[in-house]
Amino acid sequence: MTIDRTQNEREGVAYTGTPSEQELHDSGGYATQERQERGPVAFIECVECIPCNPCESACPYHAITVGPDITALPQLDGEKCIGCGLCIAVCPGLAIYVKSKHHSETHTTISFPYEYVPLPSKGDTVNLTDRNGDVVCQGRVLNVFTSRRNDRTAVVQAEFDKRYCSEVVSMKLPRSDERERGR
Amino acid sequence: MTAVDIAVVGAGPAGLSAAIEGARSGASVLLLDENDKPGGQLFKQIHKFFGSREHRAGTRGIDIGTQLLSEARELSIDIWLNAEVCGVYDNNELAVVVNHSTSKTVRAGAIVLATGATENAVSFPGWTLPGVMSAGAAQTMVNIHRVLPGHRVLMIGSGNVGVIVSYQLLQAGADVAAIVEAAPSLGGYGVHTAKVRRAGVPFYTSHTVLKAEGADRVESAVIVELDKDWNHVPETEKTLAVDTICIAAGLTPLVELGRSAGCHVVFEPTLGGWIPAHDSYMETSVPAVFVAGDIAGVEEASTAMEEGRLAGIGAAAVLGYYGADERNALSQVVWNRLDALRSGPYGRKRREAKEVLLRAGENAT
Ligand SMILES: Cc1cc2nc3c(=O)[nH]c(=O)nc-3n(C[C@H](O)[C@H](O)[C@H](O)COP(=O)(O)OP(=O)(O)OC[C@H]3O[C@@H](n4cnc5c(N)ncnc54)[C@H](O)[C@@H]3O)c2cc1C
Ligand code: SF4
Ligand code: SF4
Repeated sequence: MTIDRTQNEREGVAYTGTPSEQELHDSGGYATQERQERGPVAFIECVECIPCNPCESACPYHAITVGPDITALPQLDGEKCIGCGLCIAVCPGLAIYVKSKHHSETHTTISFPYEYVPLPSKGDTVNLTDRNGDVVCQGRVLNVFTSRRNDRTAVVQAEFDKRYCSEVVSMKLPRSDERERGR
Repeated sequence: MTAVDIAVVGAGPAGLSAAIEGARSGASVLLLDENDKPGGQLFKQIHKFFGSREHRAGTRGIDIGTQLLSEARELSIDIWLNAEVCGVYDNNELAVVVNHSTSKTVRAGAIVLATGATENAVSFPGWTLPGVMSAGAAQTMVNIHRVLPGHRVLMIGSGNVGVIVSYQLLQAGADVAAIVEAAPSLGGYGVHTAKVRRAGVPFYTSHTVLKAEGADRVESAVIVELDKDWNHVPETEKTLAVDTICIAAGLTPLVELGRSAGCHVVFEPTLGGWIPAHDSYMETSVPAVFVAGDIAGVEEASTAMEEGRLAGIGAAAVLGYYGADERNALSQVVWNRLDALRSGPYGRKRREAKEVLLRAGENAT
């Protein structure tokens, strides 16, 4: 089905369901561009003042601050964040991923939360998507973390062509691909 | 006739929390629920909750439900299941029908009504076709009974219930064709909408369902755009191939027992409609009758639990298990947590509406 987005002319999470670039950059959940170039770092895409703060205590490096007012937006200190990924599965909003832009000469890696079955397996080729669920490129699964601590939120790590670094946020549910092929 | 210190009607997050707080004071507590399992909505809520550590943020609703049940067992709270409360009479007497067959009377020193809310319906041509259901029904099917209601779903309503149930339907293996919202902007938390959006689910704001079509069950749905006066915009109809239409058009507090008890009710649309006015200990205009959770204004499971605690503490105090100072100190701790949950742009509206109820409650008592 082609998605008609004409009715969603107004930008922003309250209209399209997904935060706009502006909202994301204003929210304080991103490290500086320069820091993003330097190594793995968290991307927090939580742009509304909801009462929530588990990300703050999840980070052993104190890189995330919400503060005493739990509706304040989580602020990322890119200098403290080492990109360990411990905050990813803790966030009930599934709003955090970690990207390593220059994982290799040619590839970026992303670690994102994933709560669907079947889980992908290490080595699988998957379709990686942007915030609208549109496929951007293919990627290869490097790891699937399902520790007890993650409490049934898997963290999938995948690598993909660096050219698509800024767009990729998640992966397409494999079963929807199968259904489309079957149609 | 069964006699008990505190009778709690409804074993959802509010009722369970009220029963636990009541029993902690030393009072004898009877918890009644019409279902064959306690927990209310909690066991359908397989997602992680928001809040902070003291609200058990990051914990899934089902796991919070299990914790509350084991606390209730440790405190030896008496639980009657398949027990429907049909009326509240003078002298705090409850009329109860057990197993759809036996009627019983319970006399309580104090009563906590924690009956929750009911889902609002939306009617449209074809809405009686099999395959049209409330979002809560679909949620019960996938998360309790593990049955898929259909393979391709249209969700009506983008509030938290609509987006959360859409996500859970995706998790259960269904496709969600679209989420339509009559208002010009979406209702649910952005982190929830973003989650279903990146799974490829389109949102249609300023849209509603026109009709459901199908011979003997839903085969497709027609949606239409709305102008700013909520009129259909001609020639904007779209047909979506779906076999299921879920309605998530808000909740209305289940206040019948409050009315039956004679509680003064106030109309507060932000919180779902008619609601028993109550004071800050959750006591209604009828002495020793308390309310907590969605019956006292539709909010969330986390606020329902806190209100339940307030009602349990308040009921214990009415019966003399706590002095006024102790009651106030215990309640203040809960209020601090409630205030934290009712802040921010979403919470503020509810908090302001709650304050209206509280003022009405203080005046009525
Ligand atoms: C379908 C649906 C989905 C929701 N999803 C979410 C969500 O994902 N997250 C969230 O935070 N909130 C959600 N909510 C909001 C929900 O209202 C709260 O989460 C919370 O469950 C309210 O708690 P409660 O104890 O007041 O009511 P409930 O959990 O509804 O419990 C009330 C209980 O009382 C019983 N009862 C009612 N009348 C009687 C009677 N006369 N006699 C005996 N028993 C009776 C009911 O059967 C029920 O078991 C949802 C609500 C609904 C209806
Ligand atoms: S990735 Fe690790 S260091 Fe960075 S914010 Fe998350 S928990 Fe902290
Ligand atoms: S835990 Fe997630 S949803 Fe909650 S404040 Fe942090 S980033 Fe936002």
